[in-house]
Amino acid sequence: MEAKVLGIREEVVKERLGLTSNYAAAYAVKAIDVDVIAAYPITPQTTIIEKLAEFVANGELDAEYIPVESEHSALSAVVGASAAGARVFTATASQGLEFMHEVLHITSGLRLPVVMAVPGRALSAPISIHGDYQDIMNARDAGWVMIIASSAQEVYDSIIMAYRIAEDQRVLLPVMVSYDGFLMSHTTEPVELYHEEYVRKFTPRNLGRYRLDPRKPITMGVIASPDWYYEIKYQAVHALRESKQVIKEVHEEFNKAFSTNYDLVEKYMVDDADYVLITYGGASSGNAKEAARRARERGLRAGVVRIRLFRPFPADELVNAVKDAKIVAVIDRALTPGDVYEGPVFSDVVSALYSKDIEKPVMSVVHGISQRTMLADDFYNLYKMLDEYAKTGEYPRSTVFLGLRS
Amino acid sequence: MMRLTWKDLPIGGFVIEPGNARNNLTGTWRTERPVIDQDACTRCRICWMYCPEPAILELNKPYTTRSGKKYDVTYEVDYDHCKGCGICAHECPVKAIKMVPEVGG
Repeated sequence: MEAKVLGIREEVVKERLGLTSNYAAAYAVKAIDVDVIAAYPITPQTTIIEKLAEFVANGELDAEYIPVESEHSALSAVVGASAAGARVFTATASQGLEFMHEVLHITSGLRLPVVMAVPGRALSAPISIHGDYQDIMNARDAGWVMIIASSAQEVYDSIIMAYRIAEDQRVLLPVMVSYDGFLMSHTTEPVELYHEEYVRKFTPRNLGRYRLDPRKPITMGVIASPDWYYEIKYQAVHALRESKQVIKEVHEEFNKAFSTNYDLVEKYMVDDADYVLITYGGASSGNAKEAARRARERGLRAGVVRIRLFRPFPADELVNAVKDAKIVAVIDRALTPGDVYEGPVFSDVVSALYSKDIEKPVMSVVHGISQRTMLADDFYNLYKMLDEYAKTGEYPRSTVFLGLRS
Repeated sequence: MMRLTWKDLPIGGFVIEPGNARNNLTGTWRTERPVIDQDACTRCRICWMYCPEPAILELNKPYTTRSGKKYDVTYEVDYDHCKGCGICAHECPVKAIKMVPEVGG
């Protein structure tokens, strides 16, 4: 047996299992004691809801499980249940997330604390079941809190945090917990599961929010004339912006309660770094870290910043992490075709730097589309390129497509 | 009057006080008003059933027609809420309801 872990960890951890990120998500939902699950199968999400169906069927989880006929109905069903005061969960990916897109906006507009897991997948056409972040990036303007995890343990922990964030009276917004389709959703890693009493202590129900109750009738989902639509929408925009403070608090509390070390951005060897790769998700950040180690062995001061909280975008934290770097590159696993640069998070990073009056060379990189293999050496070469650019002062002013046959 | 801002609205635009639709005086939307001929009306209640608002009032008000027929109830229009859609006039089997222009008629 391994040596004693930290005291708190020893107390809270019930067991250590080999789980995929999808199963880790299902175990988190079970520990939280969700009331209603509605879902429709879609690769690479299906094993989450299969596992949950198993938990419900064998009595391990006392929840209503609604097998619906589409993703549009899946989210609509949990919207209804959440409006009635239930704690709900759904999951989807790719075409399914596209199909529920209009309901994404309804969920945030109705301020319902829905939690959804999304292992990211490429979009048709051509048909691809493989992973990237196009579906997730397409959902970014729907007004949800969006977390991107990088390990099965982080998926488990993030879903626990997600309910606290979503149900906080100052937030009351839906939360999406996403991660790499296949590279995480179907990869088995050791995950430490907590005793349910600790999880439930951390996620008390918010019984104070408005809900549909015949004893005290209210109306949700009314039409708003142009007179008031803007103001009602702004409430949700404001709540999402302000949720960052709550998310920080929840992270601090979670770290304390479960002896973890989560932050809105993860910094890896960035303190003295000249060259920083900014990315998100598991495979991309894992390879970037390996590349940083290789670059450091060869004398380059390389670092990685992983964006864990994607919406609201952690501008301060990100800028603080990269402000002393000579040049940074943003690695996107999704596309914004026709934009000035085709990497979606690149634009977020540039506007974060702009908001703090920091002028810095930033390079846009796209990789891992439809799970195109991202090699650690691809990113090591990127560090070498950044070193070259820093010396010459010249760097690409359009997106660089790594891994593309060209 | 106090100026309301986005901070003053219930979260999500919820209507948290039930039964307040009557505060919305939809009668201002009307371009034509239904006028009921109480002598021609047979008290069949069809206008009351069809009115989508509902803005046909069934009142316990006795009425005797010019020909001497006695009724216990009278149907009148709630002009604060009648939108002037004309369904009542269209459905009335004895053509006892006329649509009269609100302005210039």
